[in-house]
Amino acid sequence: MAGADGDDSLYPIAVLIDELRNEDVQLRLNSIKKLSTIALALGVERTRTELLPFLTDTIYDEDEVLLALAEQLGNFTMLVGGPEYVHCLLPPLESLATVEETVVRDKAVESLRKISQEHSPVDLEVHFEPLVKRLASGDWFTSRTSACGLFSVCYPRVSSTVKAEIRQHFRTLCSDDTPMVRRAAASKLGEFAKVLELDYVKSDIISLFTALASDEQDSVRLLAVEACVSIATLLPQEDLETLVMPTLRQAAEDKSWRVRYMVADKFSELQKAVGPEITKNDLVPAFQNLLKDCEAEVRAAAANKVKEFCENLPEDNREQIIMTHILPCVKELVSDTNQHVKSALASVIMGLSTILGKDNTIEHLLPLFLAQLKDECPEVRLNIISNLDCVNEVIGIRQLSQSLLPAIVELAEDAKWRVRLAIIEYMPLLAGQLGVEFFDEKLNTLCMAWLIDHVYAIREAATCNLMKLVEKFGAEWAQNTIVPKVLGMANDPNYLHRMTTLFCINVIVHCCGYPYREITTKQMLPVVLKMSNDQVANVRFNVAKSLQKIGPVLDSNALQTEVKPVLEKLASDTDMDVKYFAQEAISVLALA
Amino acid sequence: TLELTVRASPTGPGGDMQWCFSQVKGAIDDDVAEADIISTVEFNHTGELLATGDKGGRVVIFQQEIENKSQPQFRSEYNVYSTFQSHEPEFDYLKSLEIEEKINKIRWLPQKNAAQFLLSTNDKTIKLWKISERDKRPEGYNLKEEDGRYKDPNTITSLRVPVLIPMDLMVEASPRRVFANAHTYHINSISVNSDNETYLSADDLRINLWHLEITDRSFNIVDIKPANMEELTEVITAAEFHPHQCNTFVYSSSKGTIRLCDMRASALCDKHSKLFEEPEDPSNRSFFSEIISSISDVKFSHNGRYMMTRDYLSVKIWDLNMENRPVETYQVHEYLRSKLCSLYENDCIFDKFECCWNGNDSVVMTGSYNNFFRMFDRGHRRDVTLEASRENSKPMQVLKPRKVCAGGKRKKDEISVDSLDFNKKILHTAWHPQDNIIAVATTNNLYIFQDKVN
Repeated sequence: MAGADGDDSLYPIAVLIDELRNEDVQLRLNSIKKLSTIALALGVERTRTELLPFLTDTIYDEDEVLLALAEQLGNFTMLVGGPEYVHCLLPPLESLATVEETVVRDKAVESLRKISQEHSPVDLEVHFEPLVKRLASGDWFTSRTSACGLFSVCYPRVSSTVKAEIRQHFRTLCSDDTPMVRRAAASKLGEFAKVLELDYVKSDIISLFTALASDEQDSVRLLAVEACVSIATLLPQEDLETLVMPTLRQAAEDKSWRVRYMVADKFSELQKAVGPEITKNDLVPAFQNLLKDCEAEVRAAAANKVKEFCENLPEDNREQIIMTHILPCVKELVSDTNQHVKSALASVIMGLSTILGKDNTIEHLLPLFLAQLKDECPEVRLNIISNLDCVNEVIGIRQLSQSLLPAIVELAEDAKWRVRLAIIEYMPLLAGQLGVEFFDEKLNTLCMAWLIDHVYAIREAATCNLMKLVEKFGAEWAQNTIVPKVLGMANDPNYLHRMTTLFCINVIVHCCGYPYREITTKQMLPVVLKMSNDQVANVRFNVAKSLQKIGPVLDSNALQTEVKPVLEKLASDTDMDVKYFAQEAISVLALA
Repeated sequence: TLELTVRASPTGPGGDMQWCFSQVKGAIDDDVAEADIISTVEFNHTGELLATGDKGGRVVIFQQEIENKSQPQFRSEYNVYSTFQSHEPEFDYLKSLEIEEKINKIRWLPQKNAAQFLLSTNDKTIKLWKISERDKRPEGYNLKEEDGRYKDPNTITSLRVPVLIPMDLMVEASPRRVFANAHTYHINSISVNSDNETYLSADDLRINLWHLEITDRSFNIVDIKPANMEELTEVITAAEFHPHQCNTFVYSSSKGTIRLCDMRASALCDKHSKLFEEPEDPSNRSFFSEIISSISDVKFSHNGRYMMTRDYLSVKIWDLNMENRPVETYQVHEYLRSKLCSLYENDCIFDKFECCWNGNDSVVMTGSYNNFFRMFDRGHRRDVTLEASRENSKPMQVLKPRKVCAGGKRKKDEISVDSLDFNKKILHTAWHPQDNIIAVATTNNLYIFQDKVN
């Protein structure tokens, strides 16, 4: 078919191939992403003999191109002729596994892991395993770090001789000269342990684990903590004490705060991995120490785990452990000098009430909640308020209102407007947690009082709050509780308050909408229209703006007979702003 | 008192070392362009590469040639390997400040693959550069000829995959990361951690810790900025990581103190774990005491046991285990003590001299005026003054030790203090990590000297 006229179907592929070496990165990237199209057109044979050798040498390219290439090659098995030829993909991936960019190397390793599964057991030993060995004994640490991620995928599928070699290579990398490689080995230790026979876990892995956990580099030691979780899961309970615990104890008291931080951060996983007995004897004191750590980062990480740790304690003496060992530390954290620590604690502390029950909560926890609720840092307060519901379930709404509400009310009337503002922002959240009945009784007055606050930011926030409350409690609630009060303010001698009426009407109409046309027409519209005679121009132009918002809800009769005359009057007002907004409303409502 | 000349000594190695001229780089004419002034010199970890930075924001890398077996006396010449523009002049529109392109420091990263990596910094921005070689190029297009002429698409009858063919070696420098917007003041130091994944950058008041792969955030580990800037009494002048202990770094101050911090103790290292400070000698107290005690450079020894500091008149070696005084003090140009007043007037007193160790920590080197540089042999308590000059630039010419006459009668071959040229200063020097090869930057020339091969 390849005649003198050429082959039209080849043209797009020819473009793609040429663009593999275009100067524009975007075009090269585009071509690499369509590598499978090129390979299909070339056929399996030419892909193996021409395309792959070319790609193997293109490691000079930009990271994004290499990344795309590494990813493509992971799905290339069929395009080189199926599993029988999958080993042809190893050379390009091998060179990608040595580049300096971590993301590219990681992607190459990911693709290598993927295609390792497509190797037959024989090919795995003939082609794949030698590649792993080459990488593991490479001159540069980039290739050795990549090797670390490949041991676990070939180990289960090779002969026992090769298995012994793999174990030896892994051992060598664990004591590599460069910290980069030791870190890579430490991070794959858990994964490798999972595919090893239990005897080798005990003989090989434990000694490597112990060595890495006492490495001179902090960054290596902290990775050993993660490995600790997976290793502990693999070992029978009776071996944990001798094989894992000495190392874990050492890590929890490491000189470096970063290692202790890692222990604190992984505490729940560690607790599950070592089981209830060791938790009781070892982890409880360790956790106490972490909560009292001298570095705030560590205390914050530990504080974050308080609830989870307590939940996972063995039930038989959970309460006793919490009351005598954990709670004293928690009490100290409430008045910590660092706000991140307090904030971390506040995000979980309420959860303790479900574990400790009603009496303990009232006696021991409520004072802590109260203290945190009055904390100077808004994040701490917010974390407490946003978790009120779980305490509510334990001690009931009455108890809660008696103890916490005074603190909330106090903040709501704080002399600093920023504090009041913070509380307003929590109001919709509280309303949702406490329910409409409780809200009407205790908080509604507060919300209405904010509408006539002397600071505009508060009045604005209060209006916005009103909208969220109406969204939560519905239009009917709005009609009964909000509307009368809002309309009452229309006669206020202070024009700022009269404007607030208009703002509130805007949001209520926005929320209640069409189904409540009746209230709008009968109750709110007359008030707004009456206000068009206000002596203050600011009120009048806000009337125009309000009418523009109410208009769409009204029927055409009301629009024509009531709204139109008023807007026309405003459009000939002496004040230019009033005129402007009246004309705008007329045109939007199509009343001209 | 110390001997001022190098004499043959049978007592040990290094004692009979003679230095000879090897190469000089840079323009010969006396008319120096500001942009050509060398601002930093640094060997890589093997010594195979030598990088310089200049006020024009350029980085020049020299590569040591493979030893020439037929001419052993011309061993290991350094030739230009790569030159690139690292930093450009910028303008901070918010603060109405010009940001110079001058390269303040270069630090090489331990080699990770066939390519080489270095960090370069100006006052504000640190960049990570990759220097790599390419010796193959692709050949073969489907739609055009190799010279760019397009083919008639109708003539395409088969697909052609490009092949890589050998070409002349090409060295490319490409920017890999830009670490910006973390420093309010001028960056004076960068130092790569022994964990090979983090580095620090220090400015006048703060030290930040970076991850080499992350550019959008850094952690502040030291902050000495007082709440009220009027209470400012001290600035950070240099900072360096310990060569082996990943958790330890030091920083020096304008008050002549060095603080050692342990990053294990806490996330913020505002509290030092050691403070190295020598009590001031009250008899030497003068108006200039504080200025000349300011430390211009601090360097750990390769073995990590000692550190060296340079102040205006001296070099001090400190044992990390002894905080109250240095274990060794070497006078660099004590004869200037009587000249401080005029050095203050011409601003020379604020010159920031750097210092460096030789490969086995037995000798230290630092610069002086009149294109003199000084070496102190620690074991033999011997020192020498040498000069980098065009006059001594014949191949393999042995450098004659120089002597400055401090006062009294001037002997033959001595130079009087009054005839020293203070515009010719050697601020930046570097010592090959293993061999006796040194690089010495005069204003716009780079001199390379080596020990005389027997």
